[in-house]
Amino acid sequence: MDRPVQQGNPRLTTGATGPRLGGGEWRLALPLALFFLAFFLAPLVLLVSISFYDDPRMTTVGTGQYEAFFGDLLNLEVLWETLLLGAKATLLCLVAGYPVAWLCARSSGRVQGILLFVIILPILTSVVVRTFAWVVILGREGLINQAIVGLGLSAEPIRLLFSELGVVIVLAQVQMPLMVLPLLTTLQRIDPNLADASAALGAGAWRTFFKVTLPLSLPGILAGSILVYAACVTAFVTHTLIGGVRLLYMPLFIFQQAMDLQNWPFAAAISVMFMISVLLVIALLVALSRSSRSQIYG
Amino acid sequence: MRRAIDPERLSFEATFAFIALVCIFFLLFPSVIILILSFTGEETLHFPPRSYSTRWYAALWEANEIRDAAWVSIRVAALTTVGSVGLGVAAALAIYRSKAAWARVLDMLFMSPLILPALAFGFAILMMFSLLGFRPSIWTLAIGHIAVCVPFVLRTTLASLSQLDPALLESSRSLGAGELHTFRRVTLPLIRRGVIAGGFIAFMASFDNVPVSLFLQDARTQVLPIHLWDIIHNQLDSRAASASGVLILVTLAAMVIMERVSGVTRFMK
Repeated sequence: MDRPVQQGNPRLTTGATGPRLGGGEWRLALPLALFFLAFFLAPLVLLVSISFYDDPRMTTVGTGQYEAFFGDLLNLEVLWETLLLGAKATLLCLVAGYPVAWLCARSSGRVQGILLFVIILPILTSVVVRTFAWVVILGREGLINQAIVGLGLSAEPIRLLFSELGVVIVLAQVQMPLMVLPLLTTLQRIDPNLADASAALGAGAWRTFFKVTLPLSLPGILAGSILVYAACVTAFVTHTLIGGVRLLYMPLFIFQQAMDLQNWPFAAAISVMFMISVLLVIALLVALSRSSRSQIYG
Repeated sequence: MRRAIDPERLSFEATFAFIALVCIFFLLFPSVIILILSFTGEETLHFPPRSYSTRWYAALWEANEIRDAAWVSIRVAALTTVGSVGLGVAAALAIYRSKAAWARVLDMLFMSPLILPALAFGFAILMMFSLLGFRPSIWTLAIGHIAVCVPFVLRTTLASLSQLDPALLESSRSLGAGELHTFRRVTLPLIRRGVIAGGFIAFMASFDNVPVSLFLQDARTQVLPIHLWDIIHNQLDSRAASASGVLILVTLAAMVIMERVSGVTRFMK
């Protein structure tokens, strides 16, 4: 039945392959589907189930962990701070990354190849290594503070390491390629005639950008923002190395509860809350871009 | 007549070009800093170093823990690459050829590790392995890594497939070639670059993974990024700089080679 039809009318042959393809293709996807079922979906289902145990020894079932989570404002604050941190870093990443994509889309041939290489190299370089550099740069006697004190901008070194500002800056820098690449793809697809038409009709460069280019690049902004946001909220390395232990975000919080305190049900419950919140933020981003897109074309 | 410089255009382009150049500078800056720092001659990490030497690279040679961790990471990344490419390429072929709804659903499912907090997944799979009685090993690490690395292979392979002319496959089949033969002699050579690029990205992503390894490693299977994180977090040993220097140079070399072999930058857009 799997034998291809070897002779006869070629039209019949294609006719015969069509439905056969439609019927048998799933078999190639089966190994990965089974893998995901066993090692991706099953663990996530288990995570949700374990979050409904009331005690760390997992004997009684109940919603105690969620009550505990919502009962203490400190927990909610950690979650809120994490989501907010992601939003700030993503926004900074967008504002700073957009011009990079713009420059890259405008340049041609060799220059663009070099720019792409420079943008992609950091993604493949270890995050620990790139964050490590910022520990050296932002430290009390780091490069930036040497410059600030040296230029007389401030008598005392500024606290950059172990501050939220530092974490936001480093996250935006470390995750920037994830923003630039999808943006670049959309910018390259925009018909340059549209900007020319806008200019010919008398709009200035800034107006053309905000009224034509920016709205048209929304799909790229959305794709980049989702990737950067997802990466920023779960960036354990950057949170801990730049934020230190006093700035607590969800990843370290989950890790402490799960590994140091061995409180699996509570760690599972906060993991579930964390995942749901991140997915909600992403859904919100998608919805926002949908509604603004319908405004442009509608 | 209208040749005069448009001040608004100038201000727009100057602003954008300025921000872009600053950002591009900062993309390279951290790696350059670490490279300079790794050649420090001093005991403590201070930038800029007052004297230079290769002593910390020499010290790396005797750093057994760093070497062990690097070896664990390489083995896990190799297993992850093999697994991700095998599973991912097959799934990409299926998704590409089928127009059915299940193919879209599977595509979304297989891509979802990219946006789901990886740390929560790492914790979830740790609990599953430990309830099943699996001891932590490079195999459990690799299984966790495959789940989060497979999206890269899937994406690059699908990108290659979308440029494939279906007529080539049709003609191979109508000439009597079987599925496997068509795949080996027609499809695979045409999508080779995408597969290699995906495998390379999967290797690097596994090698650099922290959120999943954090839960799946134990004392015997500590991975390199977490070992380095530990050093930087706790004692700021100067060997962290030289180990980072090695990583930067190896990554750079690997990327230059892969760019030649598979044009990897094209697939990352």
